[in-house]
Formats: sequence, C-alpha cells, structure tokens
Amino acid sequence: MAEQDGMAEQDRPARLQLSGISKQFPGCLANDQVDLALAPGEIHALLGENGAGKSTLVKIIYGVLRADSGEIHWDGQPVSIASPSQARRMGIAMVFQHFSLFESMTVAENIALGLDHGPDLDRLAAQVGEVGRRYGLTLEPERVVHDLSVGERQRVEIVRCLMQNPRLLIMDEPTSVLTPGEAESLFKTLRQLADEGCTILYISHKLQEIRTLCDRATVMRAGRIVATCDPRHETAHDLARLMIGEDFSRASKTAGGTRGAARLQVRGLSMAAAAMHGTPITHIEFEVAAGEILAIAGVAGNGQNTLLAALSGEQLCASAGDIRIEGQDAGDLGPRRRRRLGLAFVPEERLGHGAVPEMSLADNALLTGYERQDLLSRGSIMFSRTRDYAQRIVQSFQVVSGGVGSHAGSLSGGNLQKFIIGRELLQKPKVLVVAHPTWGVDAGAAAAIHTALLDLAGQGTAILIVSQDLDELLQISDRIAVLSDGRLSECMLTAEADIGRIGLLMGGHGRSEGDVNDAGGERRAAQT
Amino acid sequence: MEVLAAVLITVVGAATPLLFAAVGELVVEKSGVLNLGVEGMMVLGAVGAFAVTLTTGSATIGILAGAAAGAAMALVFALLTLTLLANQVASGLALTIFGIGASALIGRSFVGMPVDRLPQLDLPGLSGLAIVGPLLFGHDALVYLSILSIPATIWFLERSRAGLVLRSIGENHQAAHALGHPVIMVRYLALLFGGAMAGLGGAYLSLAYTPMWAENMTAGRGWIALALVVFATWRPGRLLLGAYLFGGITVAQLHVQGFGFAIPAQFLSMLPYLATIAALVAISADGTRARLNAPASLGRIFHPET
Amino acid sequence: MMRVESGVRPRLEARIGTSRTMVYLTPVLAVILTMACGSILFAALGHHPPAVLSAFFIQPISSVYGLAELTVKATPLVLCAIGLSFGFRANVWNIGAEGQLTLGAIAGGGVALWAGDDAAAWVLPAMILAGLLGGAAWAAIPAFLKTRFNANEILTSLMLTYVAILLLSYLVHGPWKDPDGYSFPQSRMFADSALLPLLSTGTRLHLGAPITLFLALGAWWVMARMFIGFQIKVVGLTPAAAGLAGFSVKRLIWVTLLTGGALSGLAGLFEVAGPIGQLQPTISPGYGFTAIIVAFLGRLHPLGILVAGLFIALSYLGGETVQIQLGLPLAVSGVFQGMLLFFLLASDVLVRYRIRWDRAALPQEAG
Repeated sequence: MAEQDGMAEQDRPARLQLSGISKQFPGCLANDQVDLALAPGEIHALLGENGAGKSTLVKIIYGVLRADSGEIHWDGQPVSIASPSQARRMGIAMVFQHFSLFESMTVAENIALGLDHGPDLDRLAAQVGEVGRRYGLTLEPERVVHDLSVGERQRVEIVRCLMQNPRLLIMDEPTSVLTPGEAESLFKTLRQLADEGCTILYISHKLQEIRTLCDRATVMRAGRIVATCDPRHETAHDLARLMIGEDFSRASKTAGGTRGAARLQVRGLSMAAAAMHGTPITHIEFEVAAGEILAIAGVAGNGQNTLLAALSGEQLCASAGDIRIEGQDAGDLGPRRRRRLGLAFVPEERLGHGAVPEMSLADNALLTGYERQDLLSRGSIMFSRTRDYAQRIVQSFQVVSGGVGSHAGSLSGGNLQKFIIGRELLQKPKVLVVAHPTWGVDAGAAAAIHTALLDLAGQGTAILIVSQDLDELLQISDRIAVLSDGRLSECMLTAEADIGRIGLLMGGHGRSEGDVNDAGGERRAAQT
Repeated sequence: MEVLAAVLITVVGAATPLLFAAVGELVVEKSGVLNLGVEGMMVLGAVGAFAVTLTTGSATIGILAGAAAGAAMALVFALLTLTLLANQVASGLALTIFGIGASALIGRSFVGMPVDRLPQLDLPGLSGLAIVGPLLFGHDALVYLSILSIPATIWFLERSRAGLVLRSIGENHQAAHALGHPVIMVRYLALLFGGAMAGLGGAYLSLAYTPMWAENMTAGRGWIALALVVFATWRPGRLLLGAYLFGGITVAQLHVQGFGFAIPAQFLSMLPYLATIAALVAISADGTRARLNAPASLGRIFHPET
Repeated sequence: MMRVESGVRPRLEARIGTSRTMVYLTPVLAVILTMACGSILFAALGHHPPAVLSAFFIQPISSVYGLAELTVKATPLVLCAIGLSFGFRANVWNIGAEGQLTLGAIAGGGVALWAGDDAAAWVLPAMILAGLLGGAAWAAIPAFLKTRFNANEILTSLMLTYVAILLLSYLVHGPWKDPDGYSFPQSRMFADSALLPLLSTGTRLHLGAPITLFLALGAWWVMARMFIGFQIKVVGLTPAAAGLAGFSVKRLIWVTLLTGGALSGLAGLFEVAGPIGQLQPTISPGYGFTAIIVAFLGRLHPLGILVAGLFIALSYLGGETVQIQLGLPLAVSGVFQGMLLFFLLASDVLVRYRIRWDRAALPQEAG
C-alpha cells in the first residue's frame, strides 16, 4: 500500500535486523555470528542444507530459542524476543513445518490456538472464511486436522498466521509437502502479501522456487552466512554450489576395479511408516557389492527412517526375499539373526538409539556386539571379553573418554559416533548399513570415520551410507542414488555424477515422474 | 416396581463417587498428565469431609474440606511431577500409599461415629411423584452436582478458550509451548481440579453413600475411576454412561442373592473389578480408536529446554 | 528504551547421564527428610519427638526377638520388591504384587490342606512350588492382556489384587473353612511338616529368610551378570536401543511379570507356612503395596532392596511399638512410608538434573 516509493524504502530502517547472532548447543555451534537484514515488503530466501543452522535462527527470531549473543532490531528499535507470544504481538508470524498443529483438533481450534485472544469459534469461522477468500486459501473450519491432506494442513498454518495481520511472516520449508499446483497458488498468496508490505522470510533448499519467488537470498552453511545474492540472477546450479560448498575434494575414493558379488540385495521393498508421521517407502531396489560403497542421498523425512528400520530388522518386511544378505533371504529376520548373517548397523540417532546414554561404554559395546563378538556364555555376560572389546574400540578409533566404564552420554558427539562406528566395524561385518556417519561431528572425527569406512570397503565389506551430507557422500561413495518421497532414483556412478543434478533430485526435481511431492524438509532440524 | 426404583436409587449412589473422581481425572489426563493417585486423593477427601462435618456440624463446610484435601494432595503430586520432573507413575503410587496411611491416621478417632446422611433436595410436589419422584428428584445436592459436572466439563473442554488451550497442551506440549501457552501452569490447575473432584467423590462416600468413616473405605474406587477414563475414551459423555454402568454392577452384586441365585458373595463382589478388566481389554484391543482420543502427551515429562 | 531486569532464579539443567553420587545420596536424604517431617508431625500430635523416634526406630530392634521380627517382616517385602524391581527396570508397572502374593498363599496353602495332617516330607517343597506357580499364574494374566490386547498392566494387575483377596475370602469362608473352627473364617492349621522350620527357638524367624537372602543374591547375579538382566535394563532405559539390539519387548514383559509374580507368590506362601500357619482372610498388611516403596528406596537394586526392606520392616515394627506405648495408630507406618517415597521422588530430580542459579540480566522490551 505505502511501499511504492523506492527512495523512501531505502531510508527506512530494516523491518528486522540481526547482528552477530550466535547460538551454541552442546557439541555444535548452530549459529555463528549471523547478520541478516530484512526489508519491508521483500521476499527473502534463507537457503542451506539440513543442519546449516536455518531452523535455529528462525526459532531465535520467533522467540522459541534465545541467542547466546547478538542483537535484534525491529523497525530500528533494539528488542529482546522472549517468547512466541511476544513475537506475535510485535507482528512476527511463523508457519511451522512439522510441529505446531494439533492432530486431533479441528481447523478452527488450531487457528484459535495461534491467536492470543481468539474470538469465539463461530465468529472465528467467519473470519477464517474471509481471509480464505482474500488470499485464495479455502478451509473447512469444522474438519479435524488428522483427516486433512498435507496441503490443507499447511493452509491451516498459513491462515493462522494471516489472522494476526503479520508484518513478518516466516515460512519454514513451505513447499516440501505441496504438489506443484498447490505450490503455485501459495506463491500467489505470498506475492500478494509482500505487495501489501508484509516481509516474508522464506526458508528452503529448493532452488527453482527460490529463483522464481524471492527477491534476495541469504545462503547459510555450518552456522554461518556464506553468501547473499539475488537469486533471480543465479542459476539453480550456482545456488546448489553455494549451498553445498565448493571446498570438497572428491578424490578420496579410488575408482574401484571390478565389482565383487552382491552382498546386500533389496528387491521391490515397500513398507508403511512405523512412526505416526513417517514417510512410507515404495518399491526400493538396489544392490551393494563386496568392496563397494553405495550412497543414498536425500533430504531427511523422505523415507530414510523407514528404509533404515527395514534394513536393520527393527521392522520386518512383508516377504523374506525383499532383503537378501549374502544371498540369503533376510527380510523376515530380526536384528539378531541378521547380524548373524553378517550385517552391522549404525543408526541415525546416536544417543537413544545407537547407544544407551546412562550405560557404560562396555555395556554399549555389548549392546550390538554380543552376537558377532561371542561375549556371552550360557546366558552370562563375559565381562573381561566385553571390556577388552570396548577397549579395542576406544583404542582403534581414538575415542576420547574417561575409560570404558564412563557413560556413553558423557562423550562428545564426535567421540560417541567414533565409538559406535568402531563397535560395528570391529565386528568385521560383511554388510554395513550406516546412517549419517558424520552428522554433527567435527572435521577431524569425520575424516577418521571416512578413512575407517574406506578401509572396511577395501577389505571387501559392502557398505550402504544414508546421509544428507552430499559433500561426504560424493567424497567416499562409488555409486549414489537419491531418496525422495520414499522412492529411490536410479544409481549413478559418483565419479560421473553432476552435483547440480543431485541437488535438483534431492529437491524433488528431475525425477522422471516429475511430481514434486516429497515430504519432509527440515524435519530433523526442526525437532532438535 | 417399587423394588426396581429402590435399586436404581442405590445405583445412583454407587455411581456418584466414581463420576466425580473420573471427571476430575479426565480433565487431568486431557492436559497430558497421568495421576495414578486418585485413590489416595479420594480417601483423604473422604476422611477430610467426614472429620470436618463432624467437628463443625456443617456438611457444606465438610464437603468443601473434602475437596480441599483432595486438591492439597494433588498439589503435592504437581510439585513432584511438574516442578521436580519426577516420574508420574511412581508419584501417583506414592500419593495413594500416603493417602491411605494419612487418612487412617486422621480418621482413627472418627471410626464408628455416626453422621447425618446428606439431606435430599426435596422439591415440593415433584419428589412425591410415584417411582419417578424419588428416582429423579429424591437425591442430595452432590448427586446433581456430579451429573452437572458432565455438561460443564463438556462445555469447558469443547467450547471455552481455556479448555481449548488445555487440550492443546495434552495433545502436544512442545507445540503448545512454541505457541506461547503456559504448559506448567495449566497442568497445575488441571491437577488441582482433579484433586478437588476426587476429594468430592470421597466426601460423597463418607457423607452420603455410607455415612460413616472406615479405614480404606474407597476400596479401589479411585482405580476404577482411572479405568473409567480409558473406558470412556476420554469423552465426558461416555463417562456418565460408564460410571452408571459400574454403579449398576456394584449394586447388582448386592441384589442378586435377593433374587435367589446361590452365588457366593465374594464372586459377586469381584464383578466391578472383573468388569473393569474386561472394559479395559475391549477398549485397548482396538488400538486406533483409543489412540485417536487419548491425549498424545499423556504421561510424558515436560522440560521446556529439551 | 531498554530496561534491564536482573535476578537470580533456579533452573533445572539436564545432566549428561546421571549422577552416581546422587543415586546413593538421595535415599539417605529422603530418610533424613522423612524423620524431620515425622518429628514435626509427632510434635503436632503432642508427643515428644525424640521419644517417639526412639520408640519407632530403636526400641523395636534392641532385642534378639526384635531383630528376628524385623527379619520376618522384611522377608515378604524384599521378595515382592525384588520381583517388582525387575518389572520397574523394564518399564513394566506391575503393582499387583499383593494379589500375586495372595494367590501364592492360596496355591501353596491349598497343597498343605490337601496333604492333610499326616503330610510327608515332600509337602513343603510342593507348597513352595505351588506358591511360585500360583503367583506367576496370577501375573501371567496382566502379561497376556498387555502383550495381546495392549491393556494397561497397572490397572489390570491392581484389579486382580482385589479379585485375589476376594477369592481368598471365599475360600476361608466357604470350602476351606475349618469345620472345628467355631465358624471363624479361617482354614485348619497346617500340619507341622507343612510349616517352615524355625531357625531359632523363641522367635518366629523361619527358613524363608535365608531363602530370601539367597534369592536376593541370585537376583543381583541375574541383573548384574546375566544377559537377560542387561536386556531388562536396556529396554527400560532406551527402548529404541533394545529394538536395535534385537531384544523382544514382549518377551521381556512376560519374563519380568512372571518373575515378579513368582517371587510375590513365594512371599505369600512364606507368610502362611511361616508366621501364620493357616489361611486367613487377611494374610498381609499390604506387603505387596509397600514393596513398591521398598523397590524404589532400594534403587531397584537387589542389594539395595535388602537394606530398604529391613528399613521399611522397621517402620512396621515401629508403628506397632508406638501404638502400644503411645497409643498412636498403626497407620503412622503408612504415613511414614508415603512421605519417604515423596521425598525420594522429589530428591531424585538431583540424579538427572542439576540446579543452576541463573544470574540473569535480560534486556526487556520497553513498556
């Protein structure tokens, strides 16, 4: 409305200005001296891979988290945003990706909960209809959220924000759950809002839509701002390079000679999600041969957890032949019997899945080592053998700890990850499935883990790595495939793969079906 | 016909304490807290109401004291589980053990003493009607209060803003916290309400159902109330049905022998407990149905920084 | 524009892992706090606290007979608590030990009554076996309902306790009533060969006590040295890690409930074949419920439970002593036990969290 005069806009203070924002989590510097300025009425993209620190930053803006240091100015005034309700009163609204709808409640109730002094539900329904007509967001207020499609759920989130007449709207991975048609109508809504003077902070890793929608883009990597650009003047390829970083070497894995026999075979594997909001996987097919490292890239929440549970044996397959280990049907075997066949497994979550935080390293060595390391004798634990095994892990992988009697929870993330990977590697597996091997691990530990994995492959183990860290996957894998919306792309030779194309595949583009129906986005980042 | 009416009136008496305790626990569980200490709060409410009624001579003050005693116990539970983040299951058990002991200690000098049964609210003309009169209009105030608590709870949970916030906290406490709702405070208030209602249930037992004090006189009714909440799949309306069904079963055991069935009394007394197990199995077996209504955060510890 | 608000406020910060010092320190802290509160309570009731505390905690164990009685009372508490601790460690909340104890007494006592007066030497071992099986069978019901129908074991095991007590009541009022018992609701006295041998004349100390000690050591061995104990601990601490390792949660539910039931059943059998010597409507002053406190106070550790069992047994004896000497009701024991559990749970926060005093200087928005 009043935003036409370009000169005036120049002189006015930024709607939101962040200076030197830092936030430290145990073992991870999530935001490192972040500066960001958002002008009134602009659509500003915040671009970065999972774990780059985008979610932490927006949670600080929305008052969910507090920064350790740094300043926030709102319309030129210094502010401290202590809570989401304070943020809302200031005019900041946020569309959360995954965690702010109440499943068993109706649309109207969900919207009312986002307002500080909601009117009664009948009048609210009328207002919802009004906002809906104005922005083309139709909703049925009486429906219960768990019956809604993902697109409809997002409309609930957006309408909830619009009811507050926000001056800054934060959208966290908004299109990751939308069909192309839904995404297009969302863009129309956002442009209309921006024209009315509302600033939009648009978080995404999808390059194409940022190029079509946003006026400016800020790229984050490893907690820092690495670039600011006008995305309309960049190619998707360039943006992908900015996001992933160019400083990686891809020469670590020597191009393998002949492939050995297939040690892990997955054929036509489909499985429903185990968790409530998980993503099912559909008709997954691949093979990993002796000495080979196959990488599965993809944004979290695209079916990785379901695939990993199917591979580890925590979820049994519909048919025994879906998964074969060393040529034997293993789809109907539990974790223990799969280990007997030669499988080792490193899950995504270190504490609470891969290790029991309250137990000692020796106990945690026993947790998965009992079968292949012969640590039991007629139902009793052989403690000296167990301690020796834990000791060997600690020594071989330079795990910094207070000895094998110290709690797993007392180790730093990197050291615990080295311990867990060492625990599996020392079992001399025929097949190793490893999820996110270097997530949140410092560079030194990451290098050690990569070397260990390459050595293991050199000894003939078939290795499958599931990770979001494209850099890492390109560095150490022989072949690479992308998991998106529970479907796996074709496997490409890593040496010949094109980063831009992989980035596009991860963003849901470039698949032969051409639909953009992947789920997930920053699920993991949003939940931590 | 007269006999049937008399039986139905005793059903009301058996159902009322269950209804009070279960309504309170339902609101507590809707906020995402599992308080297994209903039995303890109820028995302390029973002795509190009895002792104060006897000392002051006022049943009204006694009833209020019963509610206050239950709420005081709930406050201890809230302090343990909400502020000190203690395990809810263990804390609930502690509440019950303490409540039974403390009530016996308080009630020792009141054992065997008589108190006037709560007066019926006689509505001139209406309660004099044959059969229908005593059945619908011949009860004391607490009976009507317990029944009115159902529509009131439905209104609170479904129509009021505070009820909406309470449900959202029970559904997903992290999301409610992210939206700025006061998780801990709402749960404190819900627990206090639950405690007061359990206390009222106890007060009804010692002032109206069997107007006297006997050690451990709740006899597992607090636990049955907990099961009723599951049985009702967290819907207040069904709680009314459930409480009267269980009240009916409790009373049936008293009357079966009167009808000439030679079943030992103990087996009949087992009926409410066995029926509770059967109801739990029937509801739990179909997991999805119960889960849809069960508060998703039930029993989880809320620590805002994790 | 800005206002600086400063203040010191406590905040709970999650520890990495748990504090081992606090694991041992908090039960002591809880006992001290309970005694302090108990003193206030006694003073409020018009008694001289040191006198009551002495009558409660010291006099009962200042004679050999007293020490024997302490052991007699601790025996069922320790047995039930060890059984419960297996379940609690695995997040299986069996609170029906009282019912399982009752069924053990019924099954074992049934064998004794069936064998009659001229029972042979095999009858006692047969009774013990029946007691174990009776308790285990009663616990198998919640295990089946939990694993098959997902029914909450807290409520089912508790409801079955009431059923068990009513069943016992039926038996001693009906078919098993002593025909020469002047219509008292109790069974015939067991034959001498069906009674646990006494260890020391002039006391009620019976063979059950050393068996319990032996079982506690065995339980310690199982939890500390055996793989099944490791599995129980893992599934309780981190169910996802148990899944990763291939431990079956359902199997562990069965194992822990059956073990708990069997040990509680044994406790019941020891009561009727020991101090009581017959079946009565009431065979336990709530040992099965109090065992929950014993289990927590003993940190769910078999050896800790031995100590906690003796301490709680003392609270029973102390309750009896103050009842006789000072006219205080027996219920004082329950109050003490409940308070102890409250303080234990409250101080437990220190095991998992540390208290941080934030000296906050928070810039606040103006106005």
